[in-house]
Amino acid sequence: MPKWGMVIDLDKCSACQACVTACHLENNVALPTAASASKSRSIYWIQMLPMKEGRYPHFKMKMIPVLCFHCEHPPCTKVCPVKATYQNPEGIVGQIYRRCIGCRYCTTACPYTVRHFNWSEPEWPKEMVPSLNPDVSCRMKGVVEKCTFCHHRLQKAREQAKMENRELKPGEYLPACVEACPGQAMYFGDLEDETSEVTKLSREPRAFKLLEDLGTEPKVIYLG
Amino acid sequence: MSDDLKYDSLLLRPIVKTGRAFYITVAILLTLGLWGVVSYLYQLAYGLGVTGLSRPTYWGFYITNFVFFIGISHAGTLISAILRLAQAEWRRAITRSAEVITVMVLLFGVGNVLIDLGRPDRMFNIIKHANFRSPLLWDVSSICTYLTCSIIYLYLPLIPDIAILRDNTTKYRWFYKTLALGWRGTPRQHRRLEIGIAIMAVVVIPVAVSVHTVVSYVFSMTIQPMWHSAIFGPYFVAGAIFSGIAALIIAMAVIRRAYNLQNYLKQIHFNYLGILLLVMTLLWFYFTFSEYLTTFYGNEPVHMAIFYAKFTGEYAPYFWTMVVTCFVIPFVILCNRKTRTVAGTVVASVSITIGMWLERFTIVVPTLVNPRLPWEKGFYIQSWVEVGETVGCFAFFILFYVLFTKFFPIVSIWEIREGREKSVVEVQERVQSYLPSEEEA
Repeated sequence: MPKWGMVIDLDKCSACQACVTACHLENNVALPTAASASKSRSIYWIQMLPMKEGRYPHFKMKMIPVLCFHCEHPPCTKVCPVKATYQNPEGIVGQIYRRCIGCRYCTTACPYTVRHFNWSEPEWPKEMVPSLNPDVSCRMKGVVEKCTFCHHRLQKAREQAKMENRELKPGEYLPACVEACPGQAMYFGDLEDETSEVTKLSREPRAFKLLEDLGTEPKVIYLG
Repeated sequence: MSDDLKYDSLLLRPIVKTGRAFYITVAILLTLGLWGVVSYLYQLAYGLGVTGLSRPTYWGFYITNFVFFIGISHAGTLISAILRLAQAEWRRAITRSAEVITVMVLLFGVGNVLIDLGRPDRMFNIIKHANFRSPLLWDVSSICTYLTCSIIYLYLPLIPDIAILRDNTTKYRWFYKTLALGWRGTPRQHRRLEIGIAIMAVVVIPVAVSVHTVVSYVFSMTIQPMWHSAIFGPYFVAGAIFSGIAALIIAMAVIRRAYNLQNYLKQIHFNYLGILLLVMTLLWFYFTFSEYLTTFYGNEPVHMAIFYAKFTGEYAPYFWTMVVTCFVIPFVILCNRKTRTVAGTVVASVSITIGMWLERFTIVVPTLVNPRLPWEKGFYIQSWVEVGETVGCFAFFILFYVLFTKFFPIVSIWEIREGREKSVVEVQERVQSYLPSEEEA
């Protein structure tokens, strides 16, 4: 059974936000507006965040893309009273929008605060509505949503492989953000596979995980 | 008028007679309650976006109210059960008014969680897809048990009084007749009732303790800084009993004034409850001190961000008001016998009620505003909708309480009578049994 994971090379990342845009379009994430931004209610499944290190004069600032880390030991799935969020056997943390009761316990339990809540009915500019992605269900007001590692793409790729009577090949399943990254700073693959690129990169001395000491074992690994 | 009411006809007066003050009170409470209803309907139509919540401050007033109301609920059942088991004779006049608080306020504790849901239409998923790994499910189980036990525990000692109402009033005879369950006051019925009450008094204590422990687990089971604390269970239970006694004192003072029950709810009751409240004041301070000193001494940055938000930062006004209203004011008033009067204990209680609401607020919000990743810092300004629903909950709680006093005697008639007829002798015998018997001496 594969364990899907991501490696992001921060030395290659130019913070261009192509991943953010690609994610919004792929996953039918409602577009941030001035109103939602001013209330800190915009939804991003992946977001560029400023990571400040040290103090002046030893100050360093990095922009890092932050998404759901699909923790191996997710604090969010435990606390959901209705099993609306769960970890599938391949390590992807999913969310059942139609079951979620909107108690926001998972959002408060997540130490990375990467879970988002639909404070109102999601809206898109009129022109965008026909181009919503039919593979991804739209969310409704009052439920929690977050990155799914573009799980629908895995399903599609797997169907394709099955039709052609072969195994799924590495690189066949990529989330939209990885695919869109112009600097090729993002890698995606099977962390269980010894030979995969993500496994090799995750063993580099540069590799680190966010809040690693919490023991959540994130499956998004940074290089930098 | 029957034999039952030779002395205590005053206790039935609120049920028999209704003055203008009652209607004015109900009108005011209904108006305030209406604000809550309108706020909720507005929220239902437009979603939780009408609140001041955001990312990462996902919880605010509603969860604060939830913890606060569940805390208040410890007034009744727990205090009444402990006093009953301890055979504290002074309990007789106050148990009923305490037990009613529990039942009424629990509805609003649960109600606030339901108000907080983004999809209240799906709340039955909690039963359909129950995940018992979630502390919220522990809450649901524990609170449901507590509500059931509390209703039974309120109802059992009410039966003889309902029978008195059935026999002595003309209004709603069918209602009292049904609820009295054919009570005739035979010795066998009395014995059974006493066994029932005794069993419930024992059962209710662990259930009540579990309820607030589990409420604290909602926070402490997460790994969020200043929530993930082993002290939270007992800290919340102590705080709950603390605010519960305060609520009880306020309720008793109002009843005493409104229904002229100075002869039943006496100075001595307020004095004794005041002493109990003083003990809880000190206990609360002890827990708070331990909690914050441990954090401060450890000096971990993620914890300190929240610590300073409370001590010197944006939540300092809330935090220090809490310290003054939960400790300084009640301590000064209650440790002096001269100020431990009806008025004094009421002032202390009002202060504690405000302080304990702030305590819940300063536990829930500052942690969420200062998450582990510092760049995610949030903010929280409550909206009129949240204020409205909070006011509405308080108004409906008081309204339900007032309505209860209009249908049932708020001071237990039969228990007072039992005290008068039996306990005076019993207590004398009990005290005698403590002393060395004459032959041996």
